[in-house]
Amino acid sequence: MSDLEATKAGSGSTTDLAAAQAAAHAQLKKVKKQKVLLMGKSGSGKSSMRSIIFSNYLARDTRRLGATIDIDLSHVKFLGNLTLNLWDCGGQEAFMENYLSQQRAHVFSNVGVLIYVFDTESRDVERDLATYVNIISALVQYSREAKIFVLIHKMDLIQPSTREAVFDQRVSVVRRKTAEAVAIVRKQKPGDQQQPSTALQSPSSADAIPDIDLDMQLFATSIWDQSLYKAWASIIHDLVPNLGVIETQLASLGVAIDADEILLFERTSFLVVSKWTSREGERNPYGDRFERMSNILKSWKHTCSKFTGTPRNAEQFSDFEYKMGPTFSMFVTKFTTNTYILVCMPPGEARFNSAKLNVAAARPWFRFLDGPAVGASPSSQMLASVGGGYSSESGGQAPDA
Amino acid sequence: MENRQLLQKKDVGSAPDLVAQQTKGTPRLLLMGQRRSGKSSISSVVFHKLPPSETLFLESTARVQKDSLSSFMDVQVWDFPGQIELFDNPNITFDIDAIFGEIGALIWVIDAQDDYLESVARLNNTILNIQRSYPHINIEVFIHKVDGLSDDYKLDIQRDITIRIQDELSDQGIENAPVNFHLTSIYNHSIFEAFSKVIQKLIPRLGQLEAMLTNLCRTCRFEKAYLFDVNTKIYIATDSTPEDMASYEICSDYVDVVIDFTEVYGSWPRTQQWRDRLEQEPWQQPMEDQVACEWAESGMVLSDAQRPIMLREVDRFLALVAIMKEGSYEKMPQINMNVDVVVKGLTEFFDITKPKEAKVLSAPPTGPGGGKAARAGGQLLRS
Repeated sequence: MSDLEATKAGSGSTTDLAAAQAAAHAQLKKVKKQKVLLMGKSGSGKSSMRSIIFSNYLARDTRRLGATIDIDLSHVKFLGNLTLNLWDCGGQEAFMENYLSQQRAHVFSNVGVLIYVFDTESRDVERDLATYVNIISALVQYSREAKIFVLIHKMDLIQPSTREAVFDQRVSVVRRKTAEAVAIVRKQKPGDQQQPSTALQSPSSADAIPDIDLDMQLFATSIWDQSLYKAWASIIHDLVPNLGVIETQLASLGVAIDADEILLFERTSFLVVSKWTSREGERNPYGDRFERMSNILKSWKHTCSKFTGTPRNAEQFSDFEYKMGPTFSMFVTKFTTNTYILVCMPPGEARFNSAKLNVAAARPWFRFLDGPAVGASPSSQMLASVGGGYSSESGGQAPDA
Repeated sequence: MENRQLLQKKDVGSAPDLVAQQTKGTPRLLLMGQRRSGKSSISSVVFHKLPPSETLFLESTARVQKDSLSSFMDVQVWDFPGQIELFDNPNITFDIDAIFGEIGALIWVIDAQDDYLESVARLNNTILNIQRSYPHINIEVFIHKVDGLSDDYKLDIQRDITIRIQDELSDQGIENAPVNFHLTSIYNHSIFEAFSKVIQKLIPRLGQLEAMLTNLCRTCRFEKAYLFDVNTKIYIATDSTPEDMASYEICSDYVDVVIDFTEVYGSWPRTQQWRDRLEQEPWQQPMEDQVACEWAESGMVLSDAQRPIMLREVDRFLALVAIMKEGSYEKMPQINMNVDVVVKGLTEFFDITKPKEAKVLSAPPTGPGGGKAARAGGQLLRS
């Protein structure tokens, strides 16, 4: 935030300042890649949820999907400078064994996020859990910092009244099993020959290592409702680069236009990337509104694509406004290349129109944060050229070194 | 769904009792058909907003289930258990007159994925029984559960059923009975469309409404305009251009989007401080004067050919939704004025056509400011 404001203030006045800014910009624009593993038993719904979130499938369209063979690798561009390397791992046992043995290092190293999917309908829970324990130990061994998301999937098949109980029960089982997996690794650790020096002082160091691994969240999901968006929004939330900057910028925009709530959506998946809520907006009793908005807008996108006959990944609408008399006003509009913005605000014609203008004025700032290296700097053309030169220069250096 | 089950438990009386305590004067829709043909699912999805996937958990209906649709026009929906045999029943004699006396339409649900011969035979029997005494009852046959069937197969079934019924009726000497056929499924918009058609037949002076909408379309160069009942997403009138399922779907989904936004952001009260702050300094006006239109209004521009969609609330129950031609978004202020006039006309129309008693109650005609009082906090909300 602060360096961006500095950019604004001293746009192009002194060259050394500009260089410093350019360096800061380059930092902000650094492309981030994240390896995301999607695992779980065969038929548990991994590819279905991936298709819904990233390829705009309708829930009922996922019936057409066949079994994933081996690993289905896809690169999902998410915002300008974040690419998700999505490893959709086919869940048949033969593949699973393969991941755990021959491909172990290949699959489990450098993992940013592991998403493990449990099928509530599964008959052989014990076996599922055993596989899970193996996967977790492999993950802890190769990518200790990876975040773990466990999705208890196909919740729609459970009677609504018992859903909560079923979920709680699964959560406790999974947590216990995760602890077991970590314990296994702990025991193995001294024998792990990679770092013989630590192996000497085994008891203390082994205790110190695994505890950090329990960065784990569980979600009850179903492709038939918004729960899927809730889970995926939290998954991507931590991966978004420059999130802090985006959030502070969003907040100052919110204060400036008197909004009650601002949500920033990714363009294709309509997952909530960032949000800001005023104090009045916090009183909103709908705690699930963020995933609900994703769900609403996404299904609306489908309706549009059906109506216009355009492909479902194409952009479907550019502007939506809604004024509900003296209660509230809101608009959803295409914001930057990769985002849509939703603004909910107090009623009032003048307020609404000025907010729209202000959001349009804020667009270049966010475009800069969102766009990849091409993105023009917000304040001046000159700065943009300096920044562009810097990044291309550093890009040129990289192969040499 | 739970409400429904509760209701079922409460209605301990037998069917004839229920018939006795009917309300007079409101048009009634009867849902009949074989067991498990999907009658309860239909009424739950259309009138109770049950997600179609959850109809799996609905239990079999044991008694007559009455729903009332309170909207611009009150309609009662009676869901008859499939196993009740109304005619020639040795155990109970039903008061046929009480059941069919004030009925607006009889909806007969046929499961297209099942063997429908028995259902068709029962339908024929029912038609023969009521045709003599109540020749004006519209008989609407819903050929149901057609999702997943191929288009050709759907039409084949429809043709087959139509022929079977027409043949039987003409054998019995009944020609031109008012029987209509609809292909429906709860998993898409077809069930709402079918209900729209059924309800439209019950609206007095529908032609007037349609003329108003046609006129609006011509003046504002709209492609298509619908007057929606917001709660059920049934459309009660549209302009005279040819029916088009795709336009209906997008308009209906648009209503959904607006309802959802309303629920999330408009259904809870704001604090007084919030209001005070917004009414002081730079604005210096009460909130009501800051807004241009006291009813909900909304617009969306589709990326494809810049074709906009607009929505305007008419009253607590109805909303006008229209698809505009490309490029007309710039003329929005002008269009809004035209829409305002039409909305005023619609309000007057419903004032006049309302049943007599209701009209006396709402005697003072609502002028431009009068609506404010009647305006409750969360209109456009799902009940």
